Amino acid sequence: MEIYVTEISKYVITLLLFLYTLEAFLVFIRKTEEDRKGVYIRQIILMFAVQIACFVQILARTGKAQYAFFFAFQIIIFASVLTLFYLIYPEGNRLLINNSCMLLMIGMIILTRLSYDKAIKQFFIITASFVVGFFVPELIFRFNFLKKFTYVYAGAGIVAIGAVLILGAATHGSKISYTIAGITFQPSEFVKIVFLFFMAAALYKSESILELFLTSVIAAAHVIILVLSRDLGSALIFFVIYLALIYIATENIGYLAIGLSFGVLASVISYKLFTHIQVRVQAFLDPFSDIERTGYQISQSLFGISSGCWFGLGLYGGSPQSIPYVERDFIFSAIAEELGVLFAIFMALICVSTFIMLMVEGYYIRDKFYRLIITGVAVAYIFQTFLTIGGGAKFIPLTGVTLPLVSYGGTSVFVTVFMIMISEGVCMIRVDEEYELEERRRKRARQQRRLDRDQTYRKETYRQEDTGRDGRSQEYTKRQKTN
Amino acid sequence: MEDLRNIPRDKRQTKKKIRSKPIIVLSVFYIALFGSLLGYICNYAYSNKQELFNNSYNTRQQIILSQNYRGEILSRNGDVLAYTETDSDGTEKRVYPYGKEFAHVVGYSTNGKAGIEAMANYYLINTNIDLQDKVKYEAAGSKYPGDNVYTTLDVNLQEVAFNALSARKGAIVVTDPKTGEILAMVSKPDFDPNTIADEWESMIADTSPDAKLLNRVTQGVYPPGSTFKIVTALAYIKAHPDDYKNYRFSCNGRYNYDGNTISCYHGENHGAVDFTSSFAKSCNSSFANIGLSVDRETFDRALEDLLFNQELPLTINYSKSSAEYDAATSTGDIMQLSIGQGTTSVTPIHMNMITCAIANDGVLMKPYLVTSVKTETGKVVKSFSSEEYKRLMSSEEATILTEMMEEVVQSGTASKLKGLTYTAAGKTGSAEFNSGTSDSHAWFTGFAPADDPEICVTIIVENAGSGGSYAVPIAKRIFDAYFDA
Repeated sequence: MEIYVTEISKYVITLLLFLYTLEAFLVFIRKTEEDRKGVYIRQIILMFAVQIACFVQILARTGKAQYAFFFAFQIIIFASVLTLFYLIYPEGNRLLINNSCMLLMIGMIILTRLSYDKAIKQFFIITASFVVGFFVPELIFRFNFLKKFTYVYAGAGIVAIGAVLILGAATHGSKISYTIAGITFQPSEFVKIVFLFFMAAALYKSESILELFLTSVIAAAHVIILVLSRDLGSALIFFVIYLALIYIATENIGYLAIGLSFGVLASVISYKLFTHIQVRVQAFLDPFSDIERTGYQISQSLFGISSGCWFGLGLYGGSPQSIPYVERDFIFSAIAEELGVLFAIFMALICVSTFIMLMVEGYYIRDKFYRLIITGVAVAYIFQTFLTIGGGAKFIPLTGVTLPLVSYGGTSVFVTVFMIMISEGVCMIRVDEEYELEERRRKRARQQRRLDRDQTYRKETYRQEDTGRDGRSQEYTKRQKTN
Repeated sequence: MEDLRNIPRDKRQTKKKIRSKPIIVLSVFYIALFGSLLGYICNYAYSNKQELFNNSYNTRQQIILSQNYRGEILSRNGDVLAYTETDSDGTEKRVYPYGKEFAHVVGYSTNGKAGIEAMANYYLINTNIDLQDKVKYEAAGSKYPGDNVYTTLDVNLQEVAFNALSARKGAIVVTDPKTGEILAMVSKPDFDPNTIADEWESMIADTSPDAKLLNRVTQGVYPPGSTFKIVTALAYIKAHPDDYKNYRFSCNGRYNYDGNTISCYHGENHGAVDFTSSFAKSCNSSFANIGLSVDRETFDRALEDLLFNQELPLTINYSKSSAEYDAATSTGDIMQLSIGQGTTSVTPIHMNMITCAIANDGVLMKPYLVTSVKTETGKVVKSFSSEEYKRLMSSEEATILTEMMEEVVQSGTASKLKGLTYTAAGKTGSAEFNSGTSDSHAWFTGFAPADDPEICVTIIVENAGSGGSYAVPIAKRIFDAYFDA
């Protein structure tokens, strides 16, 4: 009996996640949140179906009843998050919250299988993140003055990661995290948000060369501090945020090219200077030649991915524990091994769906500060996902960053939930902009009608004069529909 | 105009630009990046699956082995060459019913793995039986049977070859030139795979040149001796396509050039020879002369065409053959090279592949051992078919070489194959391996029937003497067995 359950549930789980992923892309065909309601509801049903199917598999394999309570709690929490969010923020973007919950659930499933203790810890962190996170959209929506603290953000960021560097140097290690009262902090994760706000605040109002230069210097300081702390992954993410936001703010591809060439130059220099970077590149080029030492992690990760086949070995069917730091840096490989390569690919596509939604929202928002914030979140999120999946699959050298929302790690989960919630706030601002415009358009239309009535003889001339503006306002209406 | 002025200043600015090209560019970039990443993962995971699975650092093999037992290895006719026996207490034992006969080619799976046991390890320990069968095994408290591997090996030919080599050291490989199927593969000295676990320590400690575990067919590196004249002849034909037939030479048992001397086997005086009779009689003096009249570029191209100094299309472990002809090669070395002596070396399987290409109109088929993988219940999991590797020489060149090799049988060193129910073609060799003595390995490589080749045989008998006396009779026994059967 057990074997039927585990074998058949493999295919069921993959199919359910496939359907979920399909919905996560079909959402873009439908233009308004109202039209998307059906998609969102189907997604929520599929989400819990995946969760339950995995849970059945875990129960069949382990037979431990304690897991039943744990899963019940998970379902309660995720159901509450989804419902509360919809009730509190009807103007928010539901795809972002759905995808985030789906990824968190996948993370919880694989963590339960890898380490029950860690799964419980992660569960509390998720709950806490949402409790705090629920305030964020409202705050973002209300506090328009957030764009004014450019140099406060810069100072705070540099002080925070600088402190890590100095403390790390004092303890002769490459420590990038600290444990206080049982909770581990990784300051660079928090600084990522502060850095985003710094970049957006610095770039939204001015594009003068001098200010761009100053911004670049401060950004470079962040990156250099992170490289010196050996936090290579974060350094890369900061650099990519910087590049993307400069490009989006100036719309000048030349700046992107200059920044990129500096990046390449800096990479070459750091490769020459730091042996730990050389080791990583070597392990990437040929992990099997030094499999006992430097190539061990990547080899084990590749063994995991390749042994999974399309549908996986089933939960508890493989040996993902043989990958060091599997629950943080190699969670993708563990998922590919036990839940299947297809499942892992669909999961990665859900991340892409989130990214596209963030970019679409950034595309339509008119306030440049918030546009930079939300596209910055998008790029930071997708790039980190790329680093961790690509690193574990030997597509790029390993940088040791977490898979956002899926990997174990308090700071990572908290910061990612926070960033998603910031984006929700930005989405609300975008919706608000549209209301405002709509109102203005109506007002103008009323005025015009009045004018038309009063000055019927000037009708022809007036219309000709006004086509430009009138045309634009039509465009606005159209866009609002398409949104 | 009035309307615009009513709008607050900052709103007016943002209103100018609402569409952002960079956002589209970045979105497309990252979507493409993920597309390639995910495509790469699928491809990598799929195409490196077996290699990664077989890596000794991959602990997943142990997991699979705790669920399944190794499947069977079978001959082309369904004879079982290896199977797993499970005792009542659950101990598993790998049994090889033919013992030493298939030792190297079937290999072993304890103390590391070799032969087909290593090559097809992935298939042997994974299972593809149906779910309801799994349930049956589960209910019986037994492990699942790994999939069975069907090979190209022919028990009859293998036995004949095994017995023909008797107590001598050496190697024999029999293939089908049209398909690349390996029909038999014998290497001696040998070992008994049934008891290898017990004898392992002593076998490893043994430092004598016996090297029992070495599969001499694929890993034995030998001087090719006169069998290499096939290569020299091909180079000469390439260099002199129109007038190679006009070649004449007068042999007096030795050849001097530039202070270097090449002697014929046992100093034999071959008298006046042409191109074909030089080959048939295996005249070293004439071939040293032939080698010198081929320019370096052409000789080098012939070596390259025939896969010297390169990777071979084999999945089983093998050694690389080597034959050097570069700018630094001295005249003496060129003369040595032309008769397959000096630093030139070749594996029997490589010599067999060259012979197969000649037999198959110039085209080499990839040699292979596994034809299909089936579940315990006979469901086909995977099947392998014969595959063309590449053309090693033109069809005309293959025809010319075939005619010359027929002449070796008709009037030359392999005359023991003359006047039989089938017409064979081949080339003998007596490769001196110890400079200063005339001790030699006996070689033969050839095929039959000459006009429509069905099997191709390559034999080396270590330290036996001349190929014509010691290797050709073995070839005859194998051909006889094949054509009588």
